[in-house]
Amino acid sequence: MPDQPLLQMRGINKSFGPVHVLQNVDFEARAGEVTSLVGDNGAGKSTLVKCISGTYTIDSGEYAFDGQGTNIHTPRDASALGIEIVYQDLALCDNLDIVQNMFLGRERVSRVVLDENSMEHAAEETLASLSVRTVKSVRQRVSSLSGGQRQTVAIAKAVLWNSKLVVLDEPTAALGVAQTAQVLALVRRLADRGLAVVLISHNMLDVLQVSDRIAALYLGKMAAIVDRSQVNQTQLVELITTGKTAGVPAMTTGVGE
Amino acid sequence: MNDSSTPQAPLDAQGENAEGAHSANDAGSKTATPSPGSLEAVASTVPTGNSVSAYVTNYVQRLRGGEMGSLPAVTGLVLLVIVFSILQPTFKGLFNFGNMLTEGAGPIFIAMGLVFVLLLGEIDLSAGFAAGVCATVMVRLMVGYHAPWPVSIGAAILTGVIIGFLIGFLRAKVRIPSFVVTLAFFLAFQGVALYIANNGKGQKGDITITDPVVNGFEGNQMPVWAGWLLAILIVAGYAAVKLLAQNGRRTRGLNTEPLGVLAFKIGAVAVGTFLAVYALNKNRSINQAAGFKTVDGKLVKVAAAELLGVPWVVPIIIAFFVVWTFVLSRTRYGRHVYAVGGNEEAARRAGIPVDRIRISVFVLCSAMAAIGGIMIGSNVQSVSVANYGGNTLLLAVGAAVIGGTSLFGGKGRMIDAVVGGAVVEVIYNGMSNLVKGTNSAAVQYIVTGVVLMLAAAVDALSRRRAGSSGL
Repeated sequence: MPDQPLLQMRGINKSFGPVHVLQNVDFEARAGEVTSLVGDNGAGKSTLVKCISGTYTIDSGEYAFDGQGTNIHTPRDASALGIEIVYQDLALCDNLDIVQNMFLGRERVSRVVLDENSMEHAAEETLASLSVRTVKSVRQRVSSLSGGQRQTVAIAKAVLWNSKLVVLDEPTAALGVAQTAQVLALVRRLADRGLAVVLISHNMLDVLQVSDRIAALYLGKMAAIVDRSQVNQTQLVELITTGKTAGVPAMTTGVGE
Repeated sequence: MNDSSTPQAPLDAQGENAEGAHSANDAGSKTATPSPGSLEAVASTVPTGNSVSAYVTNYVQRLRGGEMGSLPAVTGLVLLVIVFSILQPTFKGLFNFGNMLTEGAGPIFIAMGLVFVLLLGEIDLSAGFAAGVCATVMVRLMVGYHAPWPVSIGAAILTGVIIGFLIGFLRAKVRIPSFVVTLAFFLAFQGVALYIANNGKGQKGDITITDPVVNGFEGNQMPVWAGWLLAILIVAGYAAVKLLAQNGRRTRGLNTEPLGVLAFKIGAVAVGTFLAVYALNKNRSINQAAGFKTVDGKLVKVAAAELLGVPWVVPIIIAFFVVWTFVLSRTRYGRHVYAVGGNEEAARRAGIPVDRIRISVFVLCSAMAAIGGIMIGSNVQSVSVANYGGNTLLLAVGAAVIGGTSLFGGKGRMIDAVVGGAVVEVIYNGMSNLVKGTNSAAVQYIVTGVVLMLAAAVDALSRRRAGSSGL
């Protein structure tokens, strides 16, 4: 690997009372790559993401961003670093239009007046730069958008802030085939723009289609971080369900210990 | 975590699977029209094209999507005015026009505050008696302690701010539902208002307002020239705002409103404003004949009673309307109010201080209730706690909801309070003139209740439409 990962986490531990949810987990995400995070229910995917985003504070372990060790305590810390999370429930306001949603909480103002025109312009530019053509008007209300369009808006919102790392939590879970393809293409474009993308998904086809690398969590431990080319679907399913598979070396800190 | 999904999405996925399945691989570059054959029309909150037809298409699209805005209220207002004018000769007189303006002003002020609360999906049932408490504070200070009117009114508004903070704190921090908090305060404030009215120095019980300024809000009229000046300011201000917005969008290369539509809107505002001022500047006194009366045993001629000019409460309503409209639609705070009302969790994740916004809307609501309470007192030149109970609150809530503000939060504008307030006042006034005798009050309550229920039904149905229009 030529350059160091944008996000590097080493030996992450997180417990909730007696439940040791994350055990010595290593994780990394590189700029320009889509890193998929897979694992069965309860494997710790969501917990790991919340540790990345600062929603949870890690109990122990190293968290390095851009080569610098940092402590993330709140989502604001993560935002300041350039980490954006697109949650599964999207967190869009139905009653606001696309522009208003994309700039929510970070509205542009000139003195006290909202600078609507500049925001509209920027939103249009961002969507265009992502080759989004499914949205007719950036001034339509989110309530009138389809599931795929909503997902697109949520992702574009994350991109708008010159973020470096975008975490997508199950972006295709509720979408049809065509919309899934659109969103995956968008995910790919994010990575091609040089962003580090972390994709959480239950859909093996999606993961195999779009990922550069795949990280599999199994019962709170990182079972493997492998290149996409190293695994096929059967091996991937095996990794998720048993934590190991023939032909893929187990992580040193993972279940193979 | 993997089985929760947006309720709309699965339906939508079904709808698009059929048409898009074959193009799954290159769908990223392919346009998926939300609903095939719908002219690609989407409801946009800004102009979609520079032609009148594009404007009309968008407007129709918004209506169909359940975004009816003030349309039902304005239609209702027109119909009601026509009906009452036919049925009731005294209704359409100029005197009654002026009378309705001053009578309806109090609930409109309270409704303006309620719009903020309703935008968050909350309710303030105590606003009526909060107005009563604030008005009694004002009149007690004036009558009992000879405080000048700015001090008394300031104290009344401060009382409103404190009340609002209390409600907001209990709702946002202690997390009691606003319905319960304000229901409790509804009872408690009635008692507080009675206590202030019956204790302290000065007149007890129903207290007469002696201050000419406070009485003048509703009792005095603007000079004729000032009325015309007001009309010119309104029209010029409206045109300036519209044209500046138009210019800003054009320089940015964004779609602008068609000039014809723009001219029509400004023209309509101009005609409406000047007609209203013209009507109010005519003498609307009921007894217009000059007469004679005996002074010191001699018969002297006395001039006819004159009542003309725009009531001073009108520019006050307009001032508040302009300020709150600006706050709601042009400032970050207003945007955040809508966001919290639309999706609290999204707002929180966007870094919006949700609790502070929640407290602030109750503060604004109670402060506006204080002003409404003062105006209700000013209208009858006395403060009587009974005037703030009964249907004061219901009229105000009704005004906001009839105007188009949603009870579910996230949808509503300041104009709703004004237009809805006009509808409520027309019903209230028209019915009281129409049905006389013992059943007058009964019919009035029933009709107002039915109209409120109708408005809530329209709100709920349009919400259902809006929820399904994206599919």
